Amino acid sequence: MIAARNFIFNLVKFDRLKSTKCIRRYSQGKCPEEETPPCVPFNPCAPAYPVNFCKPRTKYDVTFVYINDVPPKSGGKDIVDRASQIVFWTELVRGFAVTLGHMFKEPATINYPFEKGPISPRYRGEHALRRYPTGEERCIACKLCEAVCPAQAITIDAEERDDGSRRAIRYDIDLTKCIFCGYCQEACPVDAIVEGPNFEYSTETHEELIYNKEKLLGNGDRWEPEIASSIRDTHLYR
Amino acid sequence: MQRMLRQPLTRALALSSPSRAAPLAARRYAEVVPQPDKVEVFIDDKPVYVPPGTTVLQAAAQVGVEIPRFCYHERLAVAGNCRMCLVEVEKSPKPVAACAMPVMKGMRVKTNSDLTRKAREGVMEFLLVNHPLDCPICDQGGECDLQDQSMAFGSDKSRFTDIHFSGKRAVEDKDVGPLIKTIMTRCIHCTRCIRFASEVAGVDDLGTTGRGTDMQVGTYVEKMFLSELSGNIIDLCPVGALTSKPYSFVARPWETRRIDSVDVLDPLGSNIVVTTRTNEVLRILPRTNEEINEEWLSDKSRFACDGLKRQRLVTPLMTDSRGNLTPVEWEDAIVAAARALRDCPPDKLLAVAGDMADAESLVALKDLVNRLGSELVCTEQYFPLEGSGIDLRSTYLLNTGIANVEEADFVLLIGTNVRFEAPLLNTRIRKAFMHKETDVALIGPQVDLTYDYMHVGDSASIVKDLASGTSSHEVVRKLEQAKRPVVILGADQLKTSEGAALLAYTQELALRLQDKLQDKEWKVLNVLQRTASQVAALDIGYKPGVGAHLSNAKVVYLLGADSGVVTRDSLPKDAVVIYQGHHGDVGASIADVVLPGAAYTEKRATYVNAEGRAQQTLPAVTAPGKAREDWKIISVQKPMSGKLDVQLKSLEDYFMTDAISRASPTMAKCVQAVLKQKQATY
Repeated sequence: MIAARNFIFNLVKFDRLKSTKCIRRYSQGKCPEEETPPCVPFNPCAPAYPVNFCKPRTKYDVTFVYINDVPPKSGGKDIVDRASQIVFWTELVRGFAVTLGHMFKEPATINYPFEKGPISPRYRGEHALRRYPTGEERCIACKLCEAVCPAQAITIDAEERDDGSRRAIRYDIDLTKCIFCGYCQEACPVDAIVEGPNFEYSTETHEELIYNKEKLLGNGDRWEPEIASSIRDTHLYR
Repeated sequence: MQRMLRQPLTRALALSSPSRAAPLAARRYAEVVPQPDKVEVFIDDKPVYVPPGTTVLQAAAQVGVEIPRFCYHERLAVAGNCRMCLVEVEKSPKPVAACAMPVMKGMRVKTNSDLTRKAREGVMEFLLVNHPLDCPICDQGGECDLQDQSMAFGSDKSRFTDIHFSGKRAVEDKDVGPLIKTIMTRCIHCTRCIRFASEVAGVDDLGTTGRGTDMQVGTYVEKMFLSELSGNIIDLCPVGALTSKPYSFVARPWETRRIDSVDVLDPLGSNIVVTTRTNEVLRILPRTNEEINEEWLSDKSRFACDGLKRQRLVTPLMTDSRGNLTPVEWEDAIVAAARALRDCPPDKLLAVAGDMADAESLVALKDLVNRLGSELVCTEQYFPLEGSGIDLRSTYLLNTGIANVEEADFVLLIGTNVRFEAPLLNTRIRKAFMHKETDVALIGPQVDLTYDYMHVGDSASIVKDLASGTSSHEVVRKLEQAKRPVVILGADQLKTSEGAALLAYTQELALRLQDKLQDKEWKVLNVLQRTASQVAALDIGYKPGVGAHLSNAKVVYLLGADSGVVTRDSLPKDAVVIYQGHHGDVGASIADVVLPGAAYTEKRATYVNAEGRAQQTLPAVTAPGKAREDWKIISVQKPMSGKLDVQLKSLEDYFMTDAISRASPTMAKCVQAVLKQKQATY
């Protein structure tokens, strides 16, 4: 059974090799179809050709044509050029030159907890709820941020305050769910919820990252100068 | 004279929009008026044949073209003041208002041409000039017609720059009561609320003052808008000018789930949508059902849903040694209840079903009581058992049907204030009165039914005189002349000692009228029940009224019986009261064992309304605490009597069990062999 299958497979292989137009340039040996198949006694178990009969020796010995990559030129000047680069270690010398140059440059790293890199005014860091200059909280619990949040990290409960205005009695953001896409600050009609420039709020427990309204308003109070300047910088694009 | 003043002359002469009456499917008795030839009109080049008098908007709706509108509403008179429905009509110099323009032969309407779109955009721009941009704090946000239509038909940019000068129009809010919150600055003067109040609710409280920019919708003077249907103007308002006060700022429409259900607070079984979020019922809205509530809902059904969160029974309770109800586990309560039921002599076991019991638990309770040997299952509401009693279903139903009352030409109300017992039945009668020249007469206390009626008197003897034909009152003549008379008897009158006689005379009167009718299909006699459970209970076989059984009862099982018919004073001292229900009310306060059940929003349950229509509620939220569905609570108390037994005990039982094996000689030999083996000594 296996023998019969092998036989058919070999026949097919042989056929295919014979029928394709040969564009190979083998470094040695000839294409099988340019010579007559070896006249061995018929043995269905034996392969049609010896192993590695058609294996290419370089990456250019392939059945297709490279368009971009040309093979190394083999003119006399080119050969001398290549040989001298190897002999005089020019690549090695150039590599050490780069290392030497960086020794005299200012280092790219910063001493992080004491030094901080610059951030964009559009940086989307820790969330904050802002207030009006009068101290009145901006959020009106319209729930647009809750609706737009793709991670469903925001939960809001609205209530009518004693003066009849609409306010949130609950504004929770689960920062472990948040993906920091910034849709909430884009949806906000009163610029209440913003993603401020703070990125240093890692905590030891999960619970600490579930922010409530007091925490967010506190963030807003703490970061208001930075947030206000970021909004001023980006107002043309909003 | 009275008839002429039913509606203002302008309205009487105005277009009667055909769809303001219920659709033909619901109106079995609609008079077959010879239809005039239909006219052909073209809506966006699509031909449609409509009867003359149809408006362009209705003709467009027939071919599935929806024309935007704010003031037009199918069930209200045409006002034509918002201009949003402007469409281009070929050979017409100006765009026309589709809601008020009757079709003409060969009219070619373009609902999506450049002119139409420009007209809509202009109207929208004018509406938005004075509409505040406070959508983020508006409760209508997300379900607002103005929001949707300005997205669909409005301009993408604003030319409004006046905000720094005279600003937008601002109007002071009105205080119209505890149900409706008004933010009149948002009003776009569509006058739907005004038309609803005066046409459907029959309360001419709302109106406009001033003209142009100074126009205001209000109540003229500082007063409440008090109607039993006032909540419907919240649904009608296309913007956020009228919103629900209890629901204010509670939720956005996109964060709620809506579950279809049925109302049980009045006997009509209005169709409702229960809106929930986080396992909490937030609000209840009407669901359109042409045969029951059209698209209205009475205020109690709509706004009483916050009662589902208060005074609830959340855990089983039992009286402790000092007589106080204390929380216990389900197992203890069920065992105590089942033991009391088991030990009770059958003739002293009484079950009483209350106002909001569903059919499933009614059946379960009847099964339980019957299995224990008692037949004493009753409802709180009494109904006379003299004569045929409740054997015939038609004696206690609203036979005419709620929708068909519209077709009546004379309505006689006996001892009922329909306006508050079944507000939506009253709107049907009012609609017939307004649009069909129907006359109404009332026997009973003189109450305000929102329409004029003939007050015959408040004596029960009048019914007797009418039935025997000895009365000379004008009503007799009117009743006899009527082609489709309707007699509605309030079930409350049947509680008294005269109830049986009153029912008998009413039946006699109805029968006499029925015999004279040409249309034999028409039903005259109606009994308007007061509660949602009564019809189902009578259908299932409950006895109406607890009667004299109370005084020698030993165990009383109350299934939500809270109307105070059963009291401690009416029971023997040692009687055990088991109360099953959802609220801690009258019933729970006298109970020894309290089993917390589910309210109508928390269970899948069947209710039969006053006209005998069975409808199902769907569970919108889960029952609070340890409360469970009612039929389950009852069915776990069913006693397990007798021992378990199997039929096939030994081998000879096994061989012959059916016709084939009994006919088989081989099987017979097997049986013989087994029997023989039994006698053998080994």
